Amino acid sequence: MSKQEQHWEKSKGLLMVTLAIWFVFSIGIFLFGAEMNEVTGPFGYPLTYWFTCQGSLGIFVILIFWFANRQEKIDEEFGFSERGDD
Amino acid sequence: MIKGNFIDNLPKVYGIYTGGFLAFIIIMSIGEQMGMTAKVIGICFVAFTVAIYAIIGYLSRTAQADAYYVAGRQVPTVFNGMATAADWMSGASFVAMAGGIYFKGYGYMALLVGWTGGYVLVASLLAPYLRKFGCYTVPDFIGTRYGGNLTRFLAVVVLTVASFTYVTAQINATGTIASVALDIPFQYAVYVGLISILLCSMLGGMRGVTWTQVAQYIVLIVAYLLPVFWISNKMGAGFFPHFMLADEVSRIAELEAQFGFVKNSAENLKEVPKGLAGITKAHSAVNATPWAFISLALAMMMGTASLPHVMMRYFTTPSVKAARKSVGWSLFFIFLLYSSAPMLATLSKLSLIDPSLPTGIIGKSISEVQAIDWYQNWNSANLMFVSDFNGNGTLELNEFFMGGKAVVLATPEIAGLPYVISGLVAAGGMAAAMSTADGLILAIANAISHDVYYKIIDPKAETAKRLIVARVLLVVIGFAGATIAAMEIQGILGSVIWAFDFAMSGLFFPLVLGVWWKRANKEGAVAGMALGLISGAGYLIWVRNGGSGFLGITQLTFGIFGSAVSLVAMVVVSLITSAPSAATQRMVDEVRVPAGKSILGKQH
Repeated sequence: MSKQEQHWEKSKGLLMVTLAIWFVFSIGIFLFGAEMNEVTGPFGYPLTYWFTCQGSLGIFVILIFWFANRQEKIDEEFGFSERGDD
Repeated sequence: MIKGNFIDNLPKVYGIYTGGFLAFIIIMSIGEQMGMTAKVIGICFVAFTVAIYAIIGYLSRTAQADAYYVAGRQVPTVFNGMATAADWMSGASFVAMAGGIYFKGYGYMALLVGWTGGYVLVASLLAPYLRKFGCYTVPDFIGTRYGGNLTRFLAVVVLTVASFTYVTAQINATGTIASVALDIPFQYAVYVGLISILLCSMLGGMRGVTWTQVAQYIVLIVAYLLPVFWISNKMGAGFFPHFMLADEVSRIAELEAQFGFVKNSAENLKEVPKGLAGITKAHSAVNATPWAFISLALAMMMGTASLPHVMMRYFTTPSVKAARKSVGWSLFFIFLLYSSAPMLATLSKLSLIDPSLPTGIIGKSISEVQAIDWYQNWNSANLMFVSDFNGNGTLELNEFFMGGKAVVLATPEIAGLPYVISGLVAAGGMAAAMSTADGLILAIANAISHDVYYKIIDPKAETAKRLIVARVLLVVIGFAGATIAAMEIQGILGSVIWAFDFAMSGLFFPLVLGVWWKRANKEGAVAGMALGLISGAGYLIWVRNGGSGFLGITQLTFGIFGSAVSLVAMVVVSLITSAPSAATQRMVDEVRVPAGKSILGKQH
């Protein structure tokens, strides 16, 4: 397998992990919205309510930064990252 | 005061700007103490901020194609994040979102999840790859990746349908705010709003819009957060509302149980002015089925990843790496406002319905409520209404009605904040609507001038001529949008949601598969865009005309049907026609690697 193919395999793997986490917090947990809301979540809010106004949103922010860093590592590993700094 | 390159000095420039804006707020509040009237303060806020944007727009003028189309590709990560956040958060997010949460609760909050979760798709599936491609517009990518003028043209059609649906709502919002703040009739205010919008983008294109959007973000976020924190502290609800409103949320649930949701008869509801609503749904309980919530969130997420005015913001970063990070910053800046909207809704609702608070009106006598100053103001603005349906002389929960906008616009006054805050909120709403309108009008005008005029009609046109065409289109599209906005056909929020559905119906899979599936070809893309858009629009028309729909897909989520058709059409047609050429496949390989030259040259 060429270097480029290996790079793309790894990138696809990262994409799958990222989308899996995204799926859980944007869709998965809301299948059980009613049940989860009986539980008290962070800061004392009902759990589902907390996810809709802070939890899922905050997780998405962290997820994107995590994804960006991982992808950069993959690019560097194969020498595909851009020269120069932003 | 400022030496050297503008880009290197950005933190300093915007630091001074923010300081100046805060100083302006303080000057206005001193003015209020000294007897400036509410009207004058409102005019000062709107006029001062719009003048600043116009100056930035003028200073950013340019005659170069890459500055006009992609701001010279040198916008740093964090600033691009702010500009995207302003681009993204429209008049609807600013003025209507807290109201939607106030009235509809959980079912509506699917929009919060959808409008943020979509950025994960933007960051992981599209933005970095389109940045590597080096295109000026989204149809530029479609046209080059799949080849042929037809694909390019169809992408322009989808982009125009989606963005135009969106932009009329934004011009409408600028008109509403301008008409209230400047006290002129709506039909004229719409054009005042339009001229303000064009001042930002006419001369500098994307460069002008970028630097005004950063300035507009600062105004809108200050205007949103300051009242939320102030009200929360004033009510004694908590110093940092986001972490401290659990008691207030459970108190609302307690009051809801105590009052009950009494259903009004159709007879009684006829009395209520159009557009106002009562509290009929639980504040924090789950009041929608899982599919209703998930389908709306999913439609908004896929729509986010297909809306060209957002995607083109990531064409302006210096590198692929920066494009990825920039998506994260965009979402962070959006998060600051979105996580505050439910807090504002909570504070607003509790301050009105809790009889133990001095501002609470439920349980008071009707005549007493009708004598309150703020009630009279907002009643005459057609945003508040009470009526004694059961004739007991006391205001019940089901006898109080409010417009969605009132949650943001009226809560500061109800909580007893000085008028300067209301002026600030008007300036913030104006900034939010203007920045989104600018991004959208520019997306449409750029696509038509670059992709239709330059790439299809006259490929030999010189830069100067191309930019004249781009500017003329900007004005024409703006006026067309304003004319439709002046007719006031639909509400702000409904048309915003439709724009997402149109965009995802026609563009989501052609964009994603263009990067992630090498086998996708021209014929497939044509089928995907055309059938996706037609079937989505057809479904909308069918449901609007009394059709029953299926699978619980409503007129707000018709994009789920449209994009499913688009996916199937694209895969089937691609597979029964021949694979794309070796050159195209090599191009896709190169897009997947950040290093190296972009596919399209710096000037193209």
